[in-house]
Amino acid sequence: MLLALALATSMTASATAGKVAIKDYAFQKPSITVVAGSTVTWTNSDDDPHTVVADDKSFDSMGLGQGDVWSHTFAKPGTYHYHCGVHPFMKGTVVVTAAAKHV
Amino acid sequence: MKRDEFLECMAWGGTGVVYGLTSSGLVGRSLADASAVPLSAATRTFVQISDSHIGFNGKANDDVVATFQQAIDKINALPVAPEFVIHTGDLTHLSKPNQLDTVKQMLGTIKTGAFYAVPGEHDVINDNGDQFFKLFGRGSSDRWFSFDAAGVHSLALTNVVGITKGGILGRDQLEWARADLAKQSSDTPIAIMAHIPLYAVYPDWGWTTDDQSELLDMLRRFDSVTVLNGHIHQVLSKTDGKITFYTAASTAFPQPAPGSAPKPGPLAVPAGDLAKLLGIRTVSIVEGSHQIAVVDESLAKQN
Repeated sequence: MLLALALATSMTASATAGKVAIKDYAFQKPSITVVAGSTVTWTNSDDDPHTVVADDKSFDSMGLGQGDVWSHTFAKPGTYHYHCGVHPFMKGTVVVTAAAKHV
Repeated sequence: MKRDEFLECMAWGGTGVVYGLTSSGLVGRSLADASAVPLSAATRTFVQISDSHIGFNGKANDDVVATFQQAIDKINALPVAPEFVIHTGDLTHLSKPNQLDTVKQMLGTIKTGAFYAVPGEHDVINDNGDQFFKLFGRGSSDRWFSFDAAGVHSLALTNVVGITKGGILGRDQLEWARADLAKQSSDTPIAIMAHIPLYAVYPDWGWTTDDQSELLDMLRRFDSVTVLNGHIHQVLSKTDGKITFYTAASTAFPQPAPGSAPKPGPLAVPAGDLAKLLGIRTVSIVEGSHQIAVVDESLAKQN
């Protein structure tokens, strides 16, 4: 059953949108998996600013105030670790899988 | 101990240091014995303010401009204008142009001989501080500097750029500090200003500086070292040999005591209590001695 579900998921995978809420000093989905070409959107609902910065600095949202939204498109497969530049104890990961081949 | 009680209590720290937080002036004086800190004409003063967070608007304070103005009014009402004022970071909340403009204008109204600032992480959030150093520093390349005023040799440091856990001073700054301190005799009173605490207040929340021990080792030969930090929006003190650390109140909003909440951040308190948890700090140096009085005064109206 689980296997079937996983297969079904992977078969329908294509570039989609991912959303990560930033709340209570945490990325509410610490790890999110999307396929290559997908756009991930972060929304900060804390009244303290946060940033979304790749550990290798390959992306940086700059300061996000309360209610601010920032998106980044992940073109290449890989595992992207990121953190908040203001509160480095806030950590998250975006796992980008290869786009499903259309047969 | 409840937070209110902590803020009202006073204690001795370090060599000849009087320390206290009061809502009604320099009561630190009454704590000292007669020989300790005579606040006479030979006393020189400077003021520390911190974490004004201009641009913040939340439950913890819906008018941070007003509370910052109260702090400025308090400085301007001191019986003797301080020789300098140091802001220990997070001048604005998001380093937006209008926030920087507001804080710059307000700072210009302080009656003091000189103004200095060290950046907080909110001041370097977009550009590693380029704009901050242009506005408040000594040029974009000078991210740390020292100066002699009010009878102390002060090092104004940056420990908020490129942080990954706690604060970070970095190799270049540490080597600069080593060379700068080497020129000082050990009986010169030293003050260190930096935004993030230079001792392990609460590492889980990043309330520490990763490479602080190297700096502290350079300071141990001095007779009197006063370390002034911001960042944690509350008054705490710790003595380590001849080094005494003081974290400062914010002028904007308090934060939870270390580990008392799941996360740090703006702490909403009953409206009547806010002013008691915000404040300014006066540092008095008895000329020719190592006696330093550090007095925190809240923004609450005097009784």
